[in-house]
Amino acid sequence: MPTPYPALLVAGFRRFSTYRAATAAGALTNTVFGAVKAAVLVGTVAAAGGSVSGYGAAQAATFAWVTQALLAPVAVFADDELAQRVRTGDVAVDLARPVDLQLAAWADDLGRAAYTVLPRGLPPLAVGALTTGLALPGRVDGYLLAVVALALGVSISFGCRHLVNLSAFWLTDVRGLTTLYTVVATVLTGLSVPVGWFPPWLAVLAAATPFPSMLQAPVDVLTGRVAGAEALRVLATQVAWLGAVLLLGRVVLARGSRRLVVQGG
Amino acid sequence: MTRRTSPEVVLEVRDLVRDYVVRRPVGRFRRERRVVRAVDGLSLQVRAGEAVGFIGANGAGKSTTVKLLTGVLVPTSGTVRTCGLEPSRQRRELARRIGVVFGQRSQLWWDLPLAESFRLLAAIHRLPRPAWEPRLADLVDRLDLGGFLTTPVRQLSLGQRMRGEVAAALLHSPGVLLLDEPTIGLDVLASERLRRFLRSEREEHGTTLLLTTHDMGDVQRLCDRVLVVDGGRLAYDGDLPGLARRVGAQRVLVVDLAAPGPPLHVEGATVLAVEGDGLRQRLAFSPERTTAAEVLARVAAVADVRDLSVEEPDVADVVRQLYAAAAQEQRRAGDRES
Amino acid sequence: MGEPSPYRAVLASRVRAQFSYRVSFASDVVANVAVGVSEFAVVYVVFSRVDTLGGLDVWQAALVFALANLTFALADLAVGHLDRLPRHLRAGTLDAFLLRPASLLGQLATSEVSLKRLGRVGVALAVLVVALPRTDAPADLRTAALLVTATVGGTAVFAAVFVLAGALQFWLVEGAEAVNSITYGGSNAASYPASVFPDPLRWAFTYVVPATFVAYLPVLTLLGLPGPAGSPSWLGWCSPAAALVVAGVAGLAWRAGVRYYTGAGS
Repeated sequence: MPTPYPALLVAGFRRFSTYRAATAAGALTNTVFGAVKAAVLVGTVAAAGGSVSGYGAAQAATFAWVTQALLAPVAVFADDELAQRVRTGDVAVDLARPVDLQLAAWADDLGRAAYTVLPRGLPPLAVGALTTGLALPGRVDGYLLAVVALALGVSISFGCRHLVNLSAFWLTDVRGLTTLYTVVATVLTGLSVPVGWFPPWLAVLAAATPFPSMLQAPVDVLTGRVAGAEALRVLATQVAWLGAVLLLGRVVLARGSRRLVVQGG
Repeated sequence: MTRRTSPEVVLEVRDLVRDYVVRRPVGRFRRERRVVRAVDGLSLQVRAGEAVGFIGANGAGKSTTVKLLTGVLVPTSGTVRTCGLEPSRQRRELARRIGVVFGQRSQLWWDLPLAESFRLLAAIHRLPRPAWEPRLADLVDRLDLGGFLTTPVRQLSLGQRMRGEVAAALLHSPGVLLLDEPTIGLDVLASERLRRFLRSEREEHGTTLLLTTHDMGDVQRLCDRVLVVDGGRLAYDGDLPGLARRVGAQRVLVVDLAAPGPPLHVEGATVLAVEGDGLRQRLAFSPERTTAAEVLARVAAVADVRDLSVEEPDVADVVRQLYAAAAQEQRRAGDRES
Repeated sequence: MGEPSPYRAVLASRVRAQFSYRVSFASDVVANVAVGVSEFAVVYVVFSRVDTLGGLDVWQAALVFALANLTFALADLAVGHLDRLPRHLRAGTLDAFLLRPASLLGQLATSEVSLKRLGRVGVALAVLVVALPRTDAPADLRTAALLVTATVGGTAVFAAVFVLAGALQFWLVEGAEAVNSITYGGSNAASYPASVFPDPLRWAFTYVVPATFVAYLPVLTLLGLPGPAGSPSWLGWCSPAAALVVAGVAGLAWRAGVRYYTGAGS
């Protein structure tokens, strides 16, 4: 029997491809924020005398544009789609389907990410290339690794967002939690400032979370900041975090659905 | 049409046209721009105190006309006068004189108790307390809202909410009440209750009623005049019996057959509906030209009839036939053009 | 009691409604404090690496951040919901507003008030109170007058930007998030010393969306600092004027938007 998950992935892609105007709007906003971020980071590098933690002006600008390009595919900001289904009880329908809820949602999210990569990613990169220029490596193998790192980053992000949504089994209102998650993720993924610039205490805190593996890791691989054996080590860290969040997700989902069965939604 | 005693005209529409521009995706990237004419040269007059049913198929232009009458939409061409005002230009002034109920849209604050919504609407209409409190008490009493005044609107049943919507639209005692599908989704009892209230409101205050509806019960129980709109034009204006006469006041023979079969096209009758693969067929015939017995005899000649009944003219069927006739005319016109 | 003001009655009702769900209101406020703190994280991390950014030291930059966040949060609290117009368009609830004898913009503006934004206001005020004494700002009336002018003017600028954003959404509908680039994007741009912006960006955030008028220019004036070329010191007093200009444009756009919605013109 064929596995249904590739079909679900395609469905996720299709589902998001219908929001064309919203995609264009998001790309515009990402680009405007990218311009401000590039200016602030380049200004910081200039104030520091030309380099901050190995970032020159070109690298800082590139970081700003690439993080904006990958913000949508990685989905740094939490949504509450599943939480709403849990709240309304519709999740019972999902659980009754002959597919694994977590794997199905993962496939759907990868499809979403695959759709958003180009329309949400290219505009900020194009504007970046035309204004500040982009410092990207010329070797192909780095890009192949970057695709893997991005897929892992999206998956880790999915795992964490899924966990936030599953909290709806216990919380009546997940809005506060999703906002908190988004706030923490905005800083610790490296979306605002490179993780390498963090003061020591914040760097330690970030390293103890999966957040840098979502965005900073694929950006590092893509921009050639890490390469070769070091890149593989970054990927290994990603794989470890992915395993951890997916496993935790399974446990939480099992508990949550048991609660649903026992208490009847 | 002549009316000897003529109260003032409260709703007046002349040569009204309203176009919509719709943009649909064509293929993957292109979008097609298309102009759709929702109202096409409509003219009508409603006088104070009338109760008018505005009926027509989906997309016939009913809701658009209501929006044009209330000033929510501006006409593409033609004129609209509601209570002597030009709705789109004098929208706020007009809002004090009319009440509007949209069956599928709420004007209440969904997260607040019903009573709070009334209080806010009174403030928005700048009604002094001595004016609205007795009015509300009266509406609460007649619409039986007392049991759920303190319940947030989102927790009300549809029937309760609709009664709340009607009270909200009448709080400022408007002379004209426009209702767009007021009974949609309501069960028989809830609809009947609402109709009874609307009749009493009209008797007591002489309120002019214009309602769009799909429910012929609304028309039969509430309206003394029917407007049928089709393709954005007026297809009929008169009373209900007149509408039945207009399409030939047909009776319907319902036959249940022993075995499924094709539609029974027999002389003197037209097939209205075929159910269960042809097990039950509804045949309309004009009593002036033939009799039920003749139609039955012709049917029995081609099919094995197990059971039968005869229905008197049904308003819904009458309207359906009116449409069918109009559509045929259009097809013929189209044939001539091509 | 005379005629009650329609707008005030609705607003008071919205405020009461928010306080009636105390637990979720408290958690929303906390979440908004976190938003404010995380916005400040950029300033914090950057100044852990450098002593100045765009010619401002950490306290001066913190002052820019504080003013930008304070004014944006206040505007967001009052009228931030205006940029959710498509929700009304899709649900058809805009018609209900049009059927009432009051102005549409007035009704929409007072239809909601997000007191949870007080969390972000609090963070901005805290940064302001801590940073101000650590700059060379003289403790005199002129400082007070400039801060009040900047707060009122900046709030008005962002409020007008929200009205403009709402107006644009009559056309955008499905692509409504595009207005985030002028609302949240404007707030983001206002939070940093504009001297680091390349000229076209600074120009856009001065003369198109007047974000630099909100915080950066007043802080330069307050501290007597020279700005980038073409920004004389008196510009720091001009955020109310900038607000008037945006409000004028927003008002025209809003009227055009309503006309577009009702089909009066295209």
